[in-house]
Amino acid sequence: MERYIYLILLPLGGAFIIAALNAVVKSAKLRNIISDILANLVTLAAAGIALASFGIKGSYSVGAWPPPFGINLVADGFSTLMLATVNTIAFCATLYSVNYMDQYTSKRHYYSLFLLMLAGMNGVLLSGDFFNMFVFIEIASISSYALVGFGTEAEELEASFKYMVMGGIASAFMLLAVAMLYSSFGVLNMADIARAIAVSPRATTLKFPLFLFIIAFAIKGAIIPFHAWLPDAHPSAPAPVSAMLSGVLIKTLGIYAMTRIIMNIFAADVTGLAPLGIISIIIGMPLALGQTDIKRLLAYSSISQVGYIVLGLGLGTPLGIFGALFHLINHSIFKSLLFLNSGAVAYRLGTRELNDMGGLNKVMPITGGTSFIASLSIAGIPPFNGFFSKLIIILACVKAGHTGFALWAVAGSILTLSSFMKVQKLAFFGKIAEKHKGIKEAPLLMSVSVVILAVLCIASSFLLLPGLRNITLQPAVDALLAGAEYAKIIK
Amino acid sequence: MIYTLCMALFFIGLYGICCKKNLIKIVLGFIIMDYAVNLFIILIGYRKNGIAPILDKTMDVKKFALSSVDPMPQAMVLTAIVIGLAVTALLVALCVRIYERYGTFDITKIRKLRG
Repeated sequence: MERYIYLILLPLGGAFIIAALNAVVKSAKLRNIISDILANLVTLAAAGIALASFGIKGSYSVGAWPPPFGINLVADGFSTLMLATVNTIAFCATLYSVNYMDQYTSKRHYYSLFLLMLAGMNGVLLSGDFFNMFVFIEIASISSYALVGFGTEAEELEASFKYMVMGGIASAFMLLAVAMLYSSFGVLNMADIARAIAVSPRATTLKFPLFLFIIAFAIKGAIIPFHAWLPDAHPSAPAPVSAMLSGVLIKTLGIYAMTRIIMNIFAADVTGLAPLGIISIIIGMPLALGQTDIKRLLAYSSISQVGYIVLGLGLGTPLGIFGALFHLINHSIFKSLLFLNSGAVAYRLGTRELNDMGGLNKVMPITGGTSFIASLSIAGIPPFNGFFSKLIIILACVKAGHTGFALWAVAGSILTLSSFMKVQKLAFFGKIAEKHKGIKEAPLLMSVSVVILAVLCIASSFLLLPGLRNITLQPAVDALLAGAEYAKIIK
Repeated sequence: MIYTLCMALFFIGLYGICCKKNLIKIVLGFIIMDYAVNLFIILIGYRKNGIAPILDKTMDVKKFALSSVDPMPQAMVLTAIVIGLAVTALLVALCVRIYERYGTFDITKIRKLRG
């Protein structure tokens, strides 16, 4: 269990060292190289730790202060699964940034903010204390606000401001809810609050903080009708940051925090979430289909894919939760792959407009091939991971007796297919424009990182095999189904 | 009564964020909302005629626990204020940069992004 503390300490320390390099190293070129290496080492180490520690349950008291006086870190099946996903995607994104971020000035600050965001996310996944969770959510959000506006162009600043105001409202709501819980129970430790809620006679007054929590996390997770910031913020960020935001940040701050609080702390009924998921699916997808900016299209499709995850969780059945978590992993892999590919195209072409592209398969075979794999995955074509997770969610809908939901989910899936066929047709197939004949494949490290993700797209289908399933997905499902039993991890 | 006023302050802030057209006024609304939450946290720990939560050697621990205010919300508020400061600083910095690009603080004129 002690090793989990490094998942927070390493990125946090890395962020400060990279930010402080200015004082020690005088040459700007050397500074960039050092920060490249350091950031990649940190994320590689974090990914290694997270992947090597599947299934380690337990709680760790920071500074040896026992809870409820001290802050404690808690890991169970759900958080280890999320940690592995977050850190793997973060490693691919930093590997990609080495070449990609050369376009921007001040690469150091970028890495510094990036690692801070990673530390915040790992902290959210591990924290076993409400106020601590709030602080980590703020660390992750503030660094992501800054990263969205990193290019400091007019649109990026506007998107960042919008995102920040929405995020600020969400944070205020969450803090208010935390304060209310504290006033009811006098503790902040999640496990103690879960125990207290289970025997609390005043169940109705607890509805209000729960309601505030749901709104706060729905804003952070961009669930329709709280999605307004996402289609602006995600395309405006640099590509590796978009990959992190769409791939893991909305899931960590939104979905993870929401399900943890609803299912494990309040042990409340989740079925109210399923209609929200359906609304996200059916509103998000047509909006995606109408876009011609490749990154905006991907951002809208993120909204609808998150809808699938929420739908699966909202069913509340073991199969539904299983499908939702599986889709969560798959979505973070293929959506970050697609965002990284869109970044590679923008890096070479200098445009994100789909109508200006065409025939890129001939000049950028790796980017074209990997994005073809990712498009098939997100659209749910058989041997790829997206097919299995969507199938499980739809089956779970039918089994739970919600045939209507299943139909809408299938319809959403067809729209996904058509919108990604549009991307493929306009960008990668067809005739290449004369002026684009001379462009080259993306630089080496960018290609390596997308190839890793493309391999993961196929490899994650194997998580369904019983052997792998029992060490990765099943503990996560059990952790969520256990409800308030969560408190038992902490002695 | 004072809780109601605190809630009113929160909604004034929310109103400012949602309805004002000027970037700076939105930032101010955000600050007001933040302060309302901080005030609420402090109020939770308040006790009428309470003493400062500092344990002296001469005091009886039980009596102390019964008469002192709760120190925990004060610690929380300190953290929340620092976070609020960071967010406000970033918001104001963004406002400055937006003013450089657009030459206005009016959000109806800052609309390069579609819906």
